Amino acid sequence: MYLGFVTFWSGFFQSLIESRDVFFKAAQVTLALTAVSIFIALFIGLFFALLKISNVKPLEWIANAYIYVVRGTPLIVQIFVFFYGLTSIWMISGFWSVALGLAFHNGAYIAEIFRGSIQSIGKGQTEAGRSLGMSQMVTMRRIILPQAFRRALPPLGNQFIIGLKDSSLAAFIGVQEIFALATTRGANTFDYMTWLLVCAVWYLILVFILTLVVGLVEKKLAVSD
Amino acid sequence: MIEVKELNKYFGDLHVLKGIDFNVDESEVVCLIGASGSGKSTMLRCLNFLEMKNSGEIKLKGESIDPNSDDLNGVRQQVGMVFQHFNLFPHKTVLQNVIEAPIQVKKISKSQAKKEGHELLEKVGLGDKADVYPSKLSGGQKQRVAIARALAMKPEIMLFDEPTSALDPELVGEVLQTMKDLAQEGMTMVVVTHEMGFAREVADRVVYMHDGKIVETGAPKDIFENPKEVRTQEFLSSIL
Ligand SMILES: Nc1ncnc2c1ncn2[C@@H]1O[C@H](COP(=O)(O)OP(=O)(O)O)[C@@H](O)[C@H]1O
Ligand SMILES: [Mg+2]
Repeated sequence: MYLGFVTFWSGFFQSLIESRDVFFKAAQVTLALTAVSIFIALFIGLFFALLKISNVKPLEWIANAYIYVVRGTPLIVQIFVFFYGLTSIWMISGFWSVALGLAFHNGAYIAEIFRGSIQSIGKGQTEAGRSLGMSQMVTMRRIILPQAFRRALPPLGNQFIIGLKDSSLAAFIGVQEIFALATTRGANTFDYMTWLLVCAVWYLILVFILTLVVGLVEKKLAVSD
Repeated sequence: MIEVKELNKYFGDLHVLKGIDFNVDESEVVCLIGASGSGKSTMLRCLNFLEMKNSGEIKLKGESIDPNSDDLNGVRQQVGMVFQHFNLFPHKTVLQNVIEAPIQVKKISKSQAKKEGHELLEKVGLGDKADVYPSKLSGGQKQRVAIARALAMKPEIMLFDEPTSALDPELVGEVLQTMKDLAQEGMTMVVVTHEMGFAREVADRVVYMHDGKIVETGAPKDIFENPKEVRTQEFLSSIL
């Protein structure tokens, strides 16, 4: 019993260390997938957040419908719809179809985050901007959004972490990221547990780095407090 | 400078301004007094179209302004506003607060804006605070920055909505002094205030509002020493 325990963990650490180069490569794919999808999702999110606060009913309906669909269907279904849908009309790689699927998915949650943070900025800020002769656009861009973005950072960081972990679903359409590599190794060695744990360690490292980066950005933006 | 005729304003069913007639001449300082809820802020906010009138006419420098066709951003550039709660931009330094609108709206060069911004900050006694964020300032300093920020657009008229009401008593004086200096330079000003000392000393005219109407208007001496209307007498005796 005790011996089995020791053997397992020493085997695990050995695997972790020996496989570091291939997993490092796979981690880069995971990171790229996360970065690209989150980057696009930020624009999608901002766009739909602005629709939601536009006070134009049809625009609000569009935004609500989008958010409703994303929230109401499984992410894996969205990813497969993007994969089959996009690859059938377009020469697009599995990587990019998943990236767009994840962007579509995260965009809805980010839209809600932005909407909340924009609405949390007091009316007085808008009035101050408008009273100085700024247009609605300029007031939004120069006064409201910078403050809203700062307030959105903690929940955004949270969403980034979710996005990072969700990128593991790319394995199901053959993108060679961390989870795909781990399951392949598991199948080849009949030792799923070891490789799943290796995979978990890599995700923990990535999440740790991401948390650090978000924390740094938060600190940088907090100079005015 | 400003002519208001038969101004009516509703919030839903609530009739807040009931046929206001009101004029301000160039370089005149008018103080608006009256109980809370009488419509002073709404009146002021109609003048720079932060609130839209329901009926009546608002003329600025002789020109009638139609919110539907006229460029309100252009109108607002000529009408500076100072708020009770300052509404400084917290993510910008003091100087950035002051130069933001001149750069973004008037498109003047950054170096020119900075030069003028520093001059304005000197003028309100905050030359040494240019690179500080608003969170580091006292209420009185914040309000003086807000005044400098409004002045940076070189407005024709300045509106003040209870500029000292949110301040600790010991900080009221510095803001009132800044406003006095401004009045002495000939700035046209409309000031909603509960500072009767200021109204008495600085105002050319005092306007008493009650329940959405202007009840009485006159020189400070007349209003404070022998108000004609019973309502004005009651209001003054309730606060003095
Ligand atoms: N945005 C608004 N929506 C609805 N009612 C309002 C709004 N702003 C002011 N009011 C009402 O209008 C009346 C006048 O308010 P206000 O102009 O702020 O008075 P004052 O500045 O003299 O205290 C009050 O009864 C107030 O409750
Ligand atoms: Mg008021």
